[in-house]
Amino acid sequence: MKRPLNLLWLQSGGCGGCTLSLIGAEGPDLITSFATAGIEVLWHPSLSVETGRSVVAIMERVTSGEVPLDILCLEGAVMRGPNGTGRFHMMAGTGRPVMDWISDLAAVAGHVVAVGSCAAFGGITAAGANHVEACGLSYDGTEPGGLLGHGFLTKSGLPVINVAGCPIHPDWLTETLHQIAAGRFDESHVDEWERPVSYTNHLVHHGCSRNEFYEFKASAERLCDLGCMMENLGCKGTQARADCNIRPWNGSGSCIDGGYPCINCTSPSFEEPGHSFTATPKVSGIPVGLPTDMPKAWFVALAALSKAATPVRLKTNATADHVAVPPHDRQKRRP
Amino acid sequence: MSRLVVGPFNRVEGDLEVKLDVSGGWVRSAEVVSPLYRGFEQILQGKLPQDALVYAPRICGICSVSQSIAAARALAEAQGLGVAANGRLAIDLIHATENVADHLTHFYLFFMPDFAREAYAGESWHQAAASRFRALSGTAAEEVLPARAQWMHMMGILAGHWPHTLGIRPGGSTRAVTANEQARMAGIVGAFRRFLERTLFADALERVANLSTADDLASWREEKPALQGDFRHFLAISEALGLDRLGRAGSLFMSYGAYHAAAGHLFRRGLWKAGCPTSLDLSLITEDTENAWYAPAERPLPPTSGETVPGDGTGKGYTWCKAPRLAGEAVEVGAIARQLVNGHPLIRDLVGSGSGNVHARVVARVLEVALVVTAMESWIRDLRPGEAFCEHGATPADGEGTGLTEAARGSLGHWLKVRNGRIANYQIIAPTTWNFSPRDRNGNPGPLELALEGAPVLAGETEPLAVQHIVRSFDPCMVCTVH
Ligand code: SF4
Ligand code: SF4
Repeated sequence: MKRPLNLLWLQSGGCGGCTLSLIGAEGPDLITSFATAGIEVLWHPSLSVETGRSVVAIMERVTSGEVPLDILCLEGAVMRGPNGTGRFHMMAGTGRPVMDWISDLAAVAGHVVAVGSCAAFGGITAAGANHVEACGLSYDGTEPGGLLGHGFLTKSGLPVINVAGCPIHPDWLTETLHQIAAGRFDESHVDEWERPVSYTNHLVHHGCSRNEFYEFKASAERLCDLGCMMENLGCKGTQARADCNIRPWNGSGSCIDGGYPCINCTSPSFEEPGHSFTATPKVSGIPVGLPTDMPKAWFVALAALSKAATPVRLKTNATADHVAVPPHDRQKRRP
Repeated sequence: MSRLVVGPFNRVEGDLEVKLDVSGGWVRSAEVVSPLYRGFEQILQGKLPQDALVYAPRICGICSVSQSIAAARALAEAQGLGVAANGRLAIDLIHATENVADHLTHFYLFFMPDFAREAYAGESWHQAAASRFRALSGTAAEEVLPARAQWMHMMGILAGHWPHTLGIRPGGSTRAVTANEQARMAGIVGAFRRFLERTLFADALERVANLSTADDLASWREEKPALQGDFRHFLAISEALGLDRLGRAGSLFMSYGAYHAAAGHLFRRGLWKAGCPTSLDLSLITEDTENAWYAPAERPLPPTSGETVPGDGTGKGYTWCKAPRLAGEAVEVGAIARQLVNGHPLIRDLVGSGSGNVHARVVARVLEVALVVTAMESWIRDLRPGEAFCEHGATPADGEGTGLTEAARGSLGHWLKVRNGRIANYQIIAPTTWNFSPRDRNGNPGPLELALEGAPVLAGETEPLAVQHIVRSFDPCMVCTVH
């Protein structure tokens, strides 16, 4: 029989939200998911019983090579400040910066998984002037580098796998772990930011319930309007890489179904868009940041055409918070 | 005197280290260390005010909705904006969903697994506790995780993405719920009620909500065998271990008031001081940085003019947590404080004029599950699909606002100042900042530091069990603490 894969989970400069999202995994639940993948959790800060010295002992046995580490998960940004000392996050009970523990553990790990945009790229923790010197494992925002350096490869020969998202959808991680455990995760399974293609081969725009509004450029004007949020409310669904509208959150939701725009949380440096998150920057009335793979002139021409052809139903509903004009069957009117 | 350093302290949210001076088999004094600084107050400087709704929830993944609500209320005050009636209900429902999930997560995943420890193997109750609550493999987690996930479908309907929703706005919520969704939510809450009544309480929520004295609670417990219902299971262990004598802190409790849908709060705002209710004067709140790793300040500052200038993590201080004080006094916050202030007879009886303790803290949280889930059923009924869920306003170029709410583990406040259309100052005081604060300049310990004094330490213990129960009874959220 194959021995179980050992997984160790560390948290650094983040909010714990990826773990909290993850324990909402369904079909199956998280504990069953680990079990069916054949993953043994050596330690997870929220779920495990070991505390204090026994945790440090686990980490020491791993770094010394006594216990093999198959998967290292890091949640939260690497804290390098102040002045590269790492003192903004010391590992409790050890008097040592967490960033040093991360380097030591990554060096012996079969796979390293950055859980969430903080661990991948720095994320929200790196916002503003980033005086805490937050970065990801192999990126610092969009710049290659990070704590481990961009050329870093784990013992498996793979780079750091960036399950980016703020937070992650539980399935993005559980499926990746299952693929790793089955020995079926290789370079072809990540995109150019080393994110699993299982969810980044999609755009948030795919499957969005507002697609009909998009087609006719029937735009929402205020948050909670039903129309497409690209023109006025900052929605980045046509550029953001994730399957949020195909694979709902929390049973049935998504950002857009919740009535607010996609802020592209799976991408590096999403935390500093250079404009308000809920407004679309425009140049002479035309939104910047149009769909990435469409020539601008074409987009503008098509938008003008489709705007002229917008059905009344869509035009009206686009700026309402509930369906004001329902679709109706021409053959049959209400009595 | 010997010194014990306990950490990493897990099954809490975030990072924690506890330093204990021990002699004669008990803790003489404790220092509580928050070893992570991220600097959200600095990040927010200069940002557009409305973008606080993207950054602030990301302070914390366990109570992100509470952070959103505090930010939205601070913005609403700066805008002078009212909240749509449906929006109030929707926000309360979103908030209650998160808080109840927090209580459940705390009880089953964070607090109870300690009773499954081998160190208790000699106790008559141990075997049952171990098979039920053992971390990662007990039977409870396997039942609770799916129930919790189903419960979070409320979030899917009301808020889309959790944690870190953007749907909570100053004037309401962005998701206008439809009539069929109202029906679906009633179904979700109904299903969750069945889970609670079968698994946690083995009784009707109303029975539990109406328990009014310690004696009542004891006779309720004895109605059925100890293993019928996980709450009863806890009560039996708690009695065997004397958890009501463990983890006593001060006798001053505070609540900012929770759930705003109706006129007033479901749980009211105020103080409970040595067994008496008193009113809360917000202007008496200050934060002291004397024993934290920040640039020295001449005096403790009120949050309206607070400063966050981190030092290099060495020197005189011992934590990144500031020390909030109310008129110079340390204050305990949390479900226990909410229920004392609001006047729940059971919790008032368990605490009397004295201090909180491990038993009362856990009972208050579990009791709140029953109280809040019942309230949610009526909020869902009160929703009016088709009517507005959100009012709209614009942030003024200059303005100020305070956003107060209650996260599961206690009082949360945001203080916002806007100048020239940008955030000029943003100060946050989170529940665990109150509970896990360090000593202030007068040497007064924070509530946990006080609660740990006198905790028993058995020979050879490096992570004393009593210390673990006490720390986890507060359900600390360390990422919020420093932010
Ligand atoms: S709201 Fe966003 S994701 Fe939906 S159709 Fe419009 S651009 Fe696409
Ligand atoms: S819709 Fe956009 S912002 Fe929302 S979770 Fe998906 S990628 Fe992130």
